[in-house]
Amino acid sequence: MAAEIEIHNTNRLIESYDRDATTILGFWVYLMTDCVLFASLFAVFAVLRNNTFGGPSGATLFSLPYVLAETFSLLTSSFTCGLAVLSAQRGNKKHTIFWFGVTFLLGLIFLIMEISEFHKFVKMGDSWQRSGFLSSYFTLVGTHGLHITIGLIWIAVMCVYVYKRGIGQTTLKRIRMLSLFWHFLDVVWIFIFTVVYLFGALHA
Amino acid sequence: MSLFNNLAGILGKLSLKQFPHDPLTMFGAGLIVLVPIVIIAILTVTKRWRWLYREWLTTQDPKRIGIMYIIVAIAMGLRGLSDVLLIRTQQAISVGSSQGILSASHFQQIVSAHGTIMIFFVAMGLMFGIINLIVPLQIGARDVAFPFLNATSFWLFFSGMVLINLSLVIGDFSAAGWLAYPPLSELKYSPTVGVDYWIWSLEIAGVGSLLAGINFLVTILKMRVKGMSLMKMPMFCWSVLGSMFLVAFAFPILTVALTLLAFDRDLGTHFFTSGGGGNMMMYVNLIWAWGHPEVYILVLPAFGVFSEVVSAFSRKKLFGYTSMVWAIWAIVFLSFIVWLHHFFTMGAGSNVNAFFGIMTMIIAVPTGVKLFNWLFTMYRGKLDLKTPLLWFIAFAVVFTIGGMAGVLMAVPPIDFQLHNSLFLVAHFHMMIVGGVVFGYFAGITYWFPKFFGFKLNERLGRYAFWCWLIGFLLAFIPLYILGFMGATRRLNHYSASLGWQPLFVVAGIGAVVIAVGVGFQFLQLIFSILQRHQNTSGDDPWDARSLEWSLPTPVPFYNYARLPAVTERDAFWIAKRTHQIDTREYEPIELPRNTPLSMIIGVSILIFAFAIVWHIWWLAAVGLLAAVVIIIRSMDENTTYTISANEVMKLDKLYREGEV
Repeated sequence: MAAEIEIHNTNRLIESYDRDATTILGFWVYLMTDCVLFASLFAVFAVLRNNTFGGPSGATLFSLPYVLAETFSLLTSSFTCGLAVLSAQRGNKKHTIFWFGVTFLLGLIFLIMEISEFHKFVKMGDSWQRSGFLSSYFTLVGTHGLHITIGLIWIAVMCVYVYKRGIGQTTLKRIRMLSLFWHFLDVVWIFIFTVVYLFGALHA
Repeated sequence: MSLFNNLAGILGKLSLKQFPHDPLTMFGAGLIVLVPIVIIAILTVTKRWRWLYREWLTTQDPKRIGIMYIIVAIAMGLRGLSDVLLIRTQQAISVGSSQGILSASHFQQIVSAHGTIMIFFVAMGLMFGIINLIVPLQIGARDVAFPFLNATSFWLFFSGMVLINLSLVIGDFSAAGWLAYPPLSELKYSPTVGVDYWIWSLEIAGVGSLLAGINFLVTILKMRVKGMSLMKMPMFCWSVLGSMFLVAFAFPILTVALTLLAFDRDLGTHFFTSGGGGNMMMYVNLIWAWGHPEVYILVLPAFGVFSEVVSAFSRKKLFGYTSMVWAIWAIVFLSFIVWLHHFFTMGAGSNVNAFFGIMTMIIAVPTGVKLFNWLFTMYRGKLDLKTPLLWFIAFAVVFTIGGMAGVLMAVPPIDFQLHNSLFLVAHFHMMIVGGVVFGYFAGITYWFPKFFGFKLNERLGRYAFWCWLIGFLLAFIPLYILGFMGATRRLNHYSASLGWQPLFVVAGIGAVVIAVGVGFQFLQLIFSILQRHQNTSGDDPWDARSLEWSLPTPVPFYNYARLPAVTERDAFWIAKRTHQIDTREYEPIELPRNTPLSMIIGVSILIFAFAIVWHIWWLAAVGLLAAVVIIIRSMDENTTYTISANEVMKLDKLYREGEV
């Protein structure tokens, strides 16, 4: 059995795997775990949505035009985020920062609108303590809002990063992940808009 | 006085009253405080602080992180074991007019502590420890995909462990059982901080586990050495891949369930309250949608260990490799659709119960496939009956008995009788101890020489094994019988007329025999260390099959000087039987630098959680430090260092000649 086998230096083994692709895959898996997190919150909302406990239902609380404005703000920010990625791929530092700036502003508008809606409900006495329905509403929408907040911080940090270091391979990889994150939040919001607001307004 | 009130306000709910007063708790608290003080004193006297900091606390090396996981798990195992001895003593003597040694509430706290600590800090710790040690070596990698994240996972696990132990010194432990079902765990019925400690400790450790799960999933998928396709991986890596997949998809549900319970307690929401439009059974659904996959998260890597051990100690390749892989993925899939069998009594209706009952029975099939594959691997093998294989044989028997009990309970009408009884307690201990713990014991005995250069003492290992096995059967067979007789779980007192006491006494004796077994395990470790120079084991003490055994012992910090060439399964086994000459040149190696930032994240999250538990809101701001650390880290472009090819060659020579 003593066959002689020589192992030759045919390929460079130092980078036997692609680090950037690994990082992106890791980020995808993270997003999927986040997806499970939101799925759980949606399930909780589905269970509790009719448990108004004598308090207001979605139909009496929500103003669809207001939420639609919020939605458009966020959807547009997703578009400008895409423009930022395109600029980054072309290596255009100025445009990247500009489009991220627009994305940041639109995201901020969305967040402020959401917080002021929450504020309005709480002032009317319809806080998360009012009923199981409102507990699940505030938690589901609020968790999305928390993600948006983290996204805004990330965009700000990324702008500083691009400004100081320019656009290298690492930066580009991070910009791709940031945009994945931002688009993911957009998708989640579409579901919130449909399940929470549209269905909520349907069922009086 | 007003100053004092202000100070009291600053400290939230915390006051001197929260420190323990009764002798037994004070003794426990004393131990929890004393152990770190002794460790600190030893480190100071032997001037080892710098060494500890540089070599261990800041390390990014998965091998060291793995060892730290296992040390924490062993320490927590001792705490969990002392809880067992208290529970068994109480149940053996608290009959008729005697009230035993523990008050009812204290007994419930100890039962809750036992379950929580054993699952989250012993079983999970051992699992991630072994995964950290073995997975990169088996797939021919020098590191994990995200080393910084890996260290952070460990420190979150560590912080969770510290927090749950703090509850013994300041405040109290949750008395709401290991899964804290509402409404009992709601503020109204559990007004003290015990449940809050429980929530935040599990939240932190859970996020740590989730991150580690993502990390190892990506590591196995992306970092296998060239030539090792998925179907050429060692079976341990397959089982870890399945387990980590479950971690990634189950742990977010735990995070949600715990957070919502915390909201109920701290913000006055109505998720699981009995009034206000809450739904307490939703908590039970959520916690088991995580909890059932969790069982398989723990047991799959143990199955992986057995696959390696059975094949190595039978001197045969693993029987039915492909069917093993399919069995793992069948278990992964099915484990997500059986959760309702934990509460058939909820009243979901016969169709729902029937579905979950049938799924539960079906999941026994792939598990049976695995068991038969191991037995066929042993069939006509040259069996080397060393302790790792003994652990397997004990597992095969115990796990089958426990599994049969599980299939019995999968029948809803039978479950209605056995729900919440000691029969159930006996069943899941047979699965978790017989499956998970025996598996990790086998793994530790098997891989110990790879990392320390000497074997564990075989004779003492056998003593420990027999004590464990006999003690285990003595402790749990009576519980099956008691369960049939109607004894419920978490029973702190019963009437003498029931005639249960003899069986409880036998179970108590069983626990003592197990404790003797644990004593032998410590003796084994001490003796093996003392006799290490007589027992040096070389690089491949078991004549094993997978790549980790091709490395010098102890394993170099960079793992592979030259990445191994893989063409088949059992690559090292084949390499040993062919004469290979490696003419490749050495290449430079890039490795992560040590950094204290992971530890800082862990500590700041610990302080944050402690502050939330006690409502010390200003202190919770420390948690922001973790976010700042992450941003600082993201700005650091200098996170790795490179060892030159020349240096690698020199180091490799030194390691091969055993000079290091």
